[in-house]
Amino acid sequence: MNAGPFVFLASFFALAVSWLGFVLAPQLQLGNRQQVESRTTGDVYPHMRAGMARQGEQVYRANGCNACHTQQVRYKGFGGDYARGWGGRDSVVQSVDEDYLYDRPAMLGTIRVGPDLANIGLRQTNANILLQHIYSPTNSFPHSVMPPYRYLFEKGRKLAIGQKASDDSVAVEKGYEIVPTDEARALAAYLISLRQNELLYPETPPLTKPTNAVPATNAVKAAASTNNVNTNTPAK
Amino acid sequence: MRATPSPAQSLPASDEGISTPVPAAEIDASCRAPILFLLVSAAVWVVISSVLGMIGSLKFHAPGLLADSAFFTYGRVHPAALNALVYGFGMQAGLGVILWMLAHLGRTRLVGNVGIVMGGILWNIGMTAGVLGILGGDSTGYQLLEMPRYATFPLFIGYLMIGIGALLTFHTRRERQLSSSQWFALAALFWFPWIFSTAEFFLVGHPVRGALQMVLDSWYVNNLKTVWFGFAGLAAIFYFIPKLIERPLYSHYIGLFVFWTLALFGSWGAIPPGSPLPEWLPTLSIMGALLTIVPILAVAINVYRTKGDCAKIKESRSMKFFLFGTLAYIISGLAGAVMLLRRVSVVVNFTWFLPAQSQLLLYGFVAITLFGAIYHIVPRLLQTEFPSKGMICGTFFLAAAGILLYCVPLAIGGILQGLGMNDAAKPFSEVMNSSLVFLRISTIGDFLMLLANCLLLLNLIRIHVRAGRTVAAAAWAAHSNTAGVRA
Repeated sequence: MNAGPFVFLASFFALAVSWLGFVLAPQLQLGNRQQVESRTTGDVYPHMRAGMARQGEQVYRANGCNACHTQQVRYKGFGGDYARGWGGRDSVVQSVDEDYLYDRPAMLGTIRVGPDLANIGLRQTNANILLQHIYSPTNSFPHSVMPPYRYLFEKGRKLAIGQKASDDSVAVEKGYEIVPTDEARALAAYLISLRQNELLYPETPPLTKPTNAVPATNAVKAAASTNNVNTNTPAK
Repeated sequence: MRATPSPAQSLPASDEGISTPVPAAEIDASCRAPILFLLVSAAVWVVISSVLGMIGSLKFHAPGLLADSAFFTYGRVHPAALNALVYGFGMQAGLGVILWMLAHLGRTRLVGNVGIVMGGILWNIGMTAGVLGILGGDSTGYQLLEMPRYATFPLFIGYLMIGIGALLTFHTRRERQLSSSQWFALAALFWFPWIFSTAEFFLVGHPVRGALQMVLDSWYVNNLKTVWFGFAGLAAIFYFIPKLIERPLYSHYIGLFVFWTLALFGSWGAIPPGSPLPEWLPTLSIMGALLTIVPILAVAINVYRTKGDCAKIKESRSMKFFLFGTLAYIISGLAGAVMLLRRVSVVVNFTWFLPAQSQLLLYGFVAITLFGAIYHIVPRLLQTEFPSKGMICGTFFLAAAGILLYCVPLAIGGILQGLGMNDAAKPFSEVMNSSLVFLRISTIGDFLMLLANCLLLLNLIRIHVRAGRTVAAAAWAAHSNTAGVRA
């Protein structure tokens, strides 16, 4: 019995089914996403990242920040993501596929050893505080297991006695101020650019029962906001 | 793989040799160089992987460890360790074992040895470039596809060269009847080039936009873990367990049923609910994942019925590797299916439960099964026994204890972490601190796995030394004989 070609055809068929379902179909549905213009604010969303933040995205990738941090917030009522304040939208729907339109690569992450960073730019806009945390995480959270990223910083000038360290230094060690390298500055710019706050109408509303999952007032608010963004139109 | 009838069939009995099975010793002689090359380099990679994994694990005890070097930061060491385990060890050793099984099941010599060795060299060049690339900061940022573009070309070409050798060997087989192991092995061979080229093309070559990257990456990872490693591991289990106890596989048709259901639904369960994607994707994933429970149970039945209460189980040293591998496959498969259910996923997604499940599959199932296969194959290739039988058992117990001490604490810690994270009243740092204990226990597991891997490599080195000595002694004896004659 020469069933060799049959094994090949069987594998081909099975893989083709999976390919059509999980590669082609999502591509047809989501592949042509465009920026949209919000009627409520007039802004286009999502923004393309500017120079520094764009470089910072590559620093985030190169150092594997996504090994410990996710960038996806599950919808309200599904897990504690929203209740923890990680969400950026005042709606049931949180992260949606449009949020990642300009991410290269899209680093959604799979594990939360550290907090979710999808909206870190809404929670912290001060680059220096972020950089201090990156330089020495245990200063802000004594039991943090985040490694200190000392290699992203360098020794600055030596401070004379009584001289104040400059504003962008993150620490003073042995009389020298510690300043971020360009990479670290770019990383901070990227983190600040992480915000998923524009209201967008979701492709399919998630399967929640808002009456059970969230208090009624929130559900009403969410319904109202969903109505608002119903009127989003594609940008020119 | 040709659709037309092979010459072997169209020329009946014109050549006696073409349909008579090749003796096993001769098959092993033909396999020697290429398969030893693949298996030994795989053993080197599994040691590298566990050293990197150990560095990563120690960072949870002392986050400041090696913090001044970008090379060894956790975000680089961790994916490097995983890639070394998956591609350096799992796929390389898997290919070696598949080649050996295809030759033996087809009762034919290995074909294309030079190509296979060249392919193996390219694969290792690609691996070295890839792992150094990740450590150097060139990671692509996609899970299990972290190796940079320049590393993927040698990997891909190397795979194709090894794969062509496997197909040629299969094509010249003299035993025409196919076993279910051959189905699994062949399908695995076809599977990888397609998923790998698709994923590389749409993620690294011409990246798709936005969240689609996540869909593609998850699709690839799931195909690789569930289908490629599932098929390669099951091919070994369905081959070695019956062979070691000298009984036929309970049912060839259950084997085929497992093949079809896994091939069709195994690659679906990739996308957890709550992902920023249209809702039909997670729904379809959950459906596919639940459907894979059926083949997993079928594997359990088939192995259990084959094994029976056979007395031979205790006699065979490698048997425990395969039985443990089967058990790890069943547990990790069921956990992988159940963890996609909405009610479970809401707790365990994004926690340490995920790495625990994944490692149980990749190490508990794939690596331990392949260890057993290596311990079975290498003495036959070198025609000598392992110097120490105790060290084979040692590898097994260290590896088994290691994976258990890794998975169980992380799974428990992951569930607690998930419950804690969903309770918004608890500060995040408190949730992390409570799961830290489990993380730190898992370091012991990492350490035991490192020891097991070193033991495997050491055993392989020792058997080579022993075989080399035998050859040298024979050569010396032959030399002194001739010298004596001359004198």
